[in-house]
Amino acid sequence: DLSTVDVILISNYHCMMALPYITEHTGFTGTVYATEPTVQIGRLLMEELVNFIERVPKAQSASLWKNKDIQRLLPSPLKDAVEVSTWRRCYTMQEVNSALSKIQLVGYSQKIELFGAVQVTPLSSGYALGSSNWIIQSHYEKVSYVSGSSLLTTHPQPMDQASLKNSDVLVLTGLTQIPTANPDGMVGEFCSNLALTVRNGGNVLVPCYPSGVIYDLLECLYQYIDSAGLSSVPLYFISPVANSSLEFSQIFAEWLCHNKQSKVYLPEPPFPHAELIQTNKLKHYPSIHGDFSNDFRQPCVVFTGHPSLRFGDVVHFMELWGKSSLNTVIFTEPDFSYLEALAPYQPLAMKCIYCPIDTRLNFIQVSKLLKEVQPLHVVCPEQYTQPPPAQSHRMDLMIDCQPPAMSYRRAEVLALPFKRRYEKIEIMPELADSLVPMEIKPGISLATVSAVLHTKDNKHLLQPPPRPAQPTSGKKRKRVSDDVPDCKVLKPLLSGSIPVEQFVQTLEKHGFSDIKVEDTAKGHIVLLQEAETLIQIEEDSTHIICDNDEMLRVRLRDLVLKFLQKF
Amino acid sequence: MCGAGFGRFRWLVGEGAGQDVGRSCILVSIAGKNVMLDCGMHMGFNDDRRFPDFSYITQNGRLTDFLDCVIISHFHLDHCGALPYFSEMVGYDGPIYMTHPTQAICPILLEDYRKIAVDKKGEANFFTSQMIKDCMKKVVAVHLHQTVQVDDELEIKAYYAGHVLGAAMFQIKVGSESVVYTGDYNMTPDRHLGAAWIDKCRPNLLITESTYATTIRDSKRCRERDFLKKVHETVERGGKVLIPVFALGRAQELCILLETFWERMNLKVPIYFSTGLTEKANHYYKLFIPWTNQKIRKTFVQRNMFEFKHIKAFDRAFADNPGPMVVFATPGMLHAGQSLQIFRKWAGNEKNMVIMPGYCVQGTVGHKILSGQRKLEMEGRQVLEVKMQVEYMSFSAHADAKGIMQLVGQAEPESVLLVHGEAKKMEFLKQKIEQELRVSCYMPANGETVTLPTSPSIPVGISLGLLKREMVQGLLPEAKKPRLLHGTLIMKDSNFRLVSSEQALKELGLAEHQLRFTCRVHLHDTRKEQEMALRVYSHLKSVLKDHCVQHLPDGSVTVESILIQAAAPSEDPGTKVLLVSWTYQDEELGSFLTSLLKKGLPQAPS
Repeated sequence: DLSTVDVILISNYHCMMALPYITEHTGFTGTVYATEPTVQIGRLLMEELVNFIERVPKAQSASLWKNKDIQRLLPSPLKDAVEVSTWRRCYTMQEVNSALSKIQLVGYSQKIELFGAVQVTPLSSGYALGSSNWIIQSHYEKVSYVSGSSLLTTHPQPMDQASLKNSDVLVLTGLTQIPTANPDGMVGEFCSNLALTVRNGGNVLVPCYPSGVIYDLLECLYQYIDSAGLSSVPLYFISPVANSSLEFSQIFAEWLCHNKQSKVYLPEPPFPHAELIQTNKLKHYPSIHGDFSNDFRQPCVVFTGHPSLRFGDVVHFMELWGKSSLNTVIFTEPDFSYLEALAPYQPLAMKCIYCPIDTRLNFIQVSKLLKEVQPLHVVCPEQYTQPPPAQSHRMDLMIDCQPPAMSYRRAEVLALPFKRRYEKIEIMPELADSLVPMEIKPGISLATVSAVLHTKDNKHLLQPPPRPAQPTSGKKRKRVSDDVPDCKVLKPLLSGSIPVEQFVQTLEKHGFSDIKVEDTAKGHIVLLQEAETLIQIEEDSTHIICDNDEMLRVRLRDLVLKFLQKF
Repeated sequence: MCGAGFGRFRWLVGEGAGQDVGRSCILVSIAGKNVMLDCGMHMGFNDDRRFPDFSYITQNGRLTDFLDCVIISHFHLDHCGALPYFSEMVGYDGPIYMTHPTQAICPILLEDYRKIAVDKKGEANFFTSQMIKDCMKKVVAVHLHQTVQVDDELEIKAYYAGHVLGAAMFQIKVGSESVVYTGDYNMTPDRHLGAAWIDKCRPNLLITESTYATTIRDSKRCRERDFLKKVHETVERGGKVLIPVFALGRAQELCILLETFWERMNLKVPIYFSTGLTEKANHYYKLFIPWTNQKIRKTFVQRNMFEFKHIKAFDRAFADNPGPMVVFATPGMLHAGQSLQIFRKWAGNEKNMVIMPGYCVQGTVGHKILSGQRKLEMEGRQVLEVKMQVEYMSFSAHADAKGIMQLVGQAEPESVLLVHGEAKKMEFLKQKIEQELRVSCYMPANGETVTLPTSPSIPVGISLGLLKREMVQGLLPEAKKPRLLHGTLIMKDSNFRLVSSEQALKELGLAEHQLRFTCRVHLHDTRKEQEMALRVYSHLKSVLKDHCVQHLPDGSVTVESILIQAAAPSEDPGTKVLLVSWTYQDEELGSFLTSLLKKGLPQAPS
């Protein structure tokens, strides 16, 4: 029930695509936190998605097939699709704007107080502009949520590992989809395949998202095309948000790696695609219609979406170029299986190159990270605790840590393995001044505290106890029950033992005579024969048995208390 | 155990500057940490008095050992101009914190200033280019709202301050004690920057600038219209307009203003800004768009407001061109450089106009002409007669009295310290703050130390068991009056924990000592023990309504955990003895019961 959720923390712009569904239709009234680049680029991704979908309106949509009995009879992959009844229409731009307006912007290392009870802090995760890991901590417990992190040096600020130390629990998710591929190698392969195709007069199609890896690819090409003699080949970036994406990338200096930051200080644009645009090598268009059709020259390189090949301008290029073996489509986004993406276009003559670039953590990096950060417990999705089904012999492709990671599954509630024992409370200075500490053992002191507890906004404060109220003047007739003491005034606990000889001496000093001491199995009995009083003294108990003489009892009581420590 | 914390706040400016808008440099000692806020220079001096006297901070001993960190609020030279002198010539190797835009722009202004001082005026004993570079290596950039842990105890946090690109207010916090330093700020968004904002962080002390302590400025729109009118009139009659500005800040705001006006009125008169710096400055604004105001941030993809069509780079030769023109030139107080050169050329012609859009420090040419001086003594005993019109327009982005009060209201400090203003005006504001906001307010003179005692509360850990037990009881309906929480504070090294007494005993391996009392209450009564017990039961039940009174099957009566038994001593059948037994924890109730029972039982209704 999403209306019971208080806070949503967004790690990066790829993991906020469903936000409008939550904020607009579920009764969710909590707060959403994200960094500024996450929100801005997330908006671009959603805007592109909505734009692509709305370009091809459907007069009606079939829904009868969602009936379980019918779905079962359909061919794969339709029959394997899960929970089709919950599939939704794409949101509108209006819903996107409304959802994004509910987000609170936060910066890295900003401490955000939630209800006075916990503090959350985003940390750089090194994966994308503004991507964050989150620390959720109280004064005594710390949970780190690590999602979509990268240790490679690309354009974003490097991952902040140091702040993850001393976690009680580390939740680890968003690892690389392609643990076997090395992103650096893939970039090299991307460039060489691109060059090969263009030299042979073919065109290159790169299905991609409008932000993220594309910045790195453009930077590689910037360095590569001149040396490869391809400077005359036009690069086209086609997306309804192409211009915004390129512009936004240049203004987030503070979220970039050190190299790019120092460029801004010069002041120069941090990304070299500014120069590609200036020199007309890179051109961007909102769609294939309009200016693009006039400028279009072949052979060329086209970056466009959507990487699933199901909608967006990429569909046109697949149909335009699919029949010629001169052309190449290069898959770089790891989110979709390229074979499935291509399935409806078969048979294809064009070459297909698969070089997925996923900079997120692989299993070697994970074990390095865990060694560095040393959390007490690791929690991760179930699939990370066993090798991928397709490579079941690769025991290295799973999380290996001590104690073994706790795993969770979809829609499962997992109790985190720690017990809260303490919470912070403030002691007012006036109260602190009145405390009398005593040293019990070397280095350990105790003080008994009696104070008034005030709790407001989950913050606790101890104030000095109020002065005893003045006895009320006898206007009212006194009733017996008025005198009943308030038993909630707690007496301290006692500890220690009473040395009989000294006790007897003290009694004598205070004018008791006629004292007789008898030994018993466990201790002694002190008899005050005149007062018909009996005091049983044992190792950890004292029992005073007397007549109803309150004065006497109180005197004896105070003498006994002198020998004991109070808590 | 807990000496009240002690905050010392020290405000340090060399002699001569007085309580004025000179150079900012404040030393704050808070809970044993020493932080220097800003490191400014005085524009009005050319000698030693230009830089703060750092021997104030520590007579002997290195600054690096004494200071935990240095914070620079923004790139204006009266806030950062002495930084290379301080770090490289006096010697400081610790961290210097500033925002990213400040870090980017600060070295450029310093270099620019150095060039004027050394290359043009030939001053010796000044910092070098290399020193500026070395100094900037010590800088750590901070994000807005990022909590920077300077060390285990000291943390700082930056808030948006408006004023100029990258200007920030800083919160300095040690434990539960904190200080907010505003630097310069403005509370109303202008054409290119947003308004300062701070959360309700309730610092012990708010150190705020008070440049415009008495001014409550008229609406911005009026001032803008006024400005445009004056510029327009002057160029219409063929005059030249000189607007001395600092390269960054007002220059951009006024450029945006003139650019839109020129476009709307379709004017052809050339607008220039002095070469190099201002042009470069616009690039910074383009790259640091997230630091500008909402409108510019929203529209920058379609149109970057800092790409000007009508405004062109200025060449020195243009100053002698005939005909009207508008020139933005640096620096803003006419104390050196290009603006002064142009001023000297144009001052003799009454058709021309100089518009001073900001504050001028005493001793500068700007200050002199604004205070009405029309004959200026220049270098080499030359006297310059000023015939051109002199206009002052307050465009400088400082908070006015209303804005300062607003910020104090936002942050809710315990006390306020006014700096960076003129004594008389500050006195007025001080009274206003004390009367209207009921916050104590200080306005120290330069070099004076203000000491504020603070009494921080002491954070300890409370065991959840104890806390929950108390909170549950706190929810009971009868618990309206304040209830006492009872526990034991265990102090081991610096680890303080508050636990229930039982737990404290257990943790320390101590056994509880039980103290029990049994009182014999003699009553004259001939009835049987069982009947006696029953009467005791009904009597207590009627008196102790709030307590749990029970009659047990074995004939005894309990009140809470107090046990009452009736016995018949064999020797006297007319007397019965009630044995009342309780532990020390029930002392009050036990004592009450015995005295109650001593009075005897009421006659049973027959």
